[in-house]
Amino acid sequence: MGRSYRIPLPALAASAFVLVTLAIAMVFFVAPNDADQGFSQRIFYFHVSIAITAYACFAGGAWKAFRHLTRRDPRYDLESYVAVHQGVILGVLVLLTGSIWAKISWGHWWLWSEDQLVLFLVLFLFYCAYFMLRFSVDPGPQRANLSAVYALFGVVLIPVSFAAIRLAKNLIHPVVFTLQGPRFGGWILVTYCVAQAAMLVLAYTLYRVELAGKLLDSRLRELREVLA
Amino acid sequence: MTYARDVVALARKDLLLELRARDTLPAMLLFVVSTFVVFHFAVGSSPSRLAANGLLWVAIVFTALLGLGRAFVPEREQRTLDGLVLAPVDRSTIWVAKSIAALAFLGAAEVVALPVYGLFFHRLSGSAVAGVVLADVGICAVGAFLGAIAVATRARDLLMPLLFLPLAIPIVVGGVGASVAASPGRYLGFLVLYDALFSVVCWATFEFVVTE
Amino acid sequence: MTTAEKYVTAAYCVVFAVVLAYVLIIALKLTRLEREVDALAGRAGPEAEEEARREPAPVG
Repeated sequence: MGRSYRIPLPALAASAFVLVTLAIAMVFFVAPNDADQGFSQRIFYFHVSIAITAYACFAGGAWKAFRHLTRRDPRYDLESYVAVHQGVILGVLVLLTGSIWAKISWGHWWLWSEDQLVLFLVLFLFYCAYFMLRFSVDPGPQRANLSAVYALFGVVLIPVSFAAIRLAKNLIHPVVFTLQGPRFGGWILVTYCVAQAAMLVLAYTLYRVELAGKLLDSRLRELREVLA
Repeated sequence: MTYARDVVALARKDLLLELRARDTLPAMLLFVVSTFVVFHFAVGSSPSRLAANGLLWVAIVFTALLGLGRAFVPEREQRTLDGLVLAPVDRSTIWVAKSIAALAFLGAAEVVALPVYGLFFHRLSGSAVAGVVLADVGICAVGAFLGAIAVATRARDLLMPLLFLPLAIPIVVGGVGASVAASPGRYLGFLVLYDALFSVVCWATFEFVVTE
Repeated sequence: MTTAEKYVTAAYCVVFAVVLAYVLIIALKLTRLEREVDALAGRAGPEAEEEARREPAPVG
């Protein structure tokens, strides 16, 4: 399987805990108030880092799906599924935090002009269909193949949808695109990097825990078949 | 070119079946016209240009869905899919042929639907028609592929719209843009890009959908 | 607390709650697995029991 070295899970969990605590402390006590948005900009640190982590999960899921299609190893199928599962949970968090941010900044819980939010809504629908597909096929090589192919579609859909949402926004109410947003620098940048690292490590830890449970489950099933 | 010959043979089989049984096309036609009538009563007598175009695109997507959901069902029911997979042809020809057949049905439905839309709502511009043609290619390519996925599941027809609609959102954006924007070029370009990208992905991965 | 502070706190609490719920679900699943291992170990002979006990170790 070509897995020479894996970080032990307790070490991962410990570093996730330390990093998340550090990130929260920095967000609330170190990072300065944003010039435009004031205190509410502090949502940004977790909102954006969770979004990036969710993309990483979807990309990882697609990569494992690709490996499954080339190697036909059921383990890759499981890894792909767990990565996508993580991505969907993080995607829900992006929608929730983004919605709260929209409420503070613009007074509405939902804004169609927010690219990131709309994109995550589309991806959420897409990956919910992934689960529907997966639960509608009996476990086996066919389910693994169908899931893998659909996960690969996802990674093509992300940029295409992003472009589409930009185009649609332009159509419904023309806006000038500027890369506005918080001006990076100093403590804002440091806090963001810590939050991003915290999220990535946390997501990877949870991924490993869920994967370990799933692998155990499948081994248990094999054992039961042997004993029966 | 054996590949092209195989595709033609497979597509011809689907078209012949449709000509004999007449299952899909009348249903699609009736569906699209009744959708227009429902829309008329849902939005009132004079919807804005943008709203009316939106209606057209919703109608096209759902009509296509109606036909595509059925595309692989007969193959499964008659157990001919196994035969097709075992045939000494490249597996992707099955997908290409299904897409072509679906495109023919959708195109035939639109030949009636677009003039009816013009009659009920307002006349379509040339770029809108170009948008419809380009969107049809993407809809049928992705739809035939997802139809093959859906038919392998227990939920079948139920799953098809769930799989298809998130992937159809970019098509709707491109299509509506091509119909109403002052400069439709970039929307048409976007549709071409979508068609090319997803056709390549479908073509490359179809083998895994029908084999184990 | 200003309104902005309340909303920001709410956002971070939501993140925390979701992660907590996720961990809880995983924990419940692991408990179920443990029960199944016990059941299997009880059904199998003593040598298989040893085997079953040894397997969950790398989970951590």
